[in-house]
Amino acid sequence: MQPILFYTFAVMAVASAVAMVLHRNPVYSAIFLIATLFSLAGFFVLLNAPFVAAVHIIVYAGAIMVLFLFVIMLLNLKRDPAREAGKITRRFLGTALVVVLLLEVSALIGAAYFLSGNGGSGENALVGLESGVSGSTPNIGRALFTTYLLPFEVASVLLLVAMVGAVVLAKRKFN
Amino acid sequence: MPLAHYLILSAILFAIGVAGVLLRRNAIVIFMSIELMLNAVNVTFVAFAAHHGSLEGQIFVFFVMVVAAAEVAVGLALMVAIFRLRATVFVDELNLMKW
Repeated sequence: MQPILFYTFAVMAVASAVAMVLHRNPVYSAIFLIATLFSLAGFFVLLNAPFVAAVHIIVYAGAIMVLFLFVIMLLNLKRDPAREAGKITRRFLGTALVVVLLLEVSALIGAAYFLSGNGGSGENALVGLESGVSGSTPNIGRALFTTYLLPFEVASVLLLVAMVGAVVLAKRKFN
Repeated sequence: MPLAHYLILSAILFAIGVAGVLLRRNAIVIFMSIELMLNAVNVTFVAFAAHHGSLEGQIFVFFVMVVAAAEVAVGLALMVAIFRLRATVFVDELNLMKW
């Protein structure tokens, strides 16, 4: 069951991400990104992290992406193929760079896991719902409010600063 | 599922995010591609947390989310400000400071 779910989510995530990059209309790009984020939440559930999955959907799909859609519609951005097309050389270079990066990372992961014999088919390289400690809400809360209390408070101050900064930037009158 | 599968999936998503930053000209879509890269790294964190049987990776994901939310709020406010000044968010046209 787990492999079926994994590959379903994987195909959905990669296809939505590609569609996000390729679509000309920014509103469609945002909606495809939301689809990608939902499938990533599925991976988090498969990886024994239900609380992370829930927070991921609430924060990303529920808050961040709504903000994106809000701004896109506020600015009334129309699709603009003529300006969006760009130079051929730049597109070729960008695509080549991405392909090289992908090959590089895949080669590294393959060298680390498939050739050294401690992964691929080995028991110890399996991750999933049976392995490790559960990321349930009590466990996460205990870690967050004891060991990681100081970073937690610093993060709250960071959010306050960002909120003030966003209000100041968006309200300022330009003349 | 083997750990390597999650890592390769994360690498593919990260590369797609890089492609979006390099190929798109719309600043808001570039911004969304950066979010995609952050999320690809989050998958890596959670996969390694499951692999090592510790919560540290999952805790780190929360802090990545906090920073991402702050970054999006400030960044989109900047986009609105730039749009008010220049009436565009296409990065090719925001070349006032280019030498």
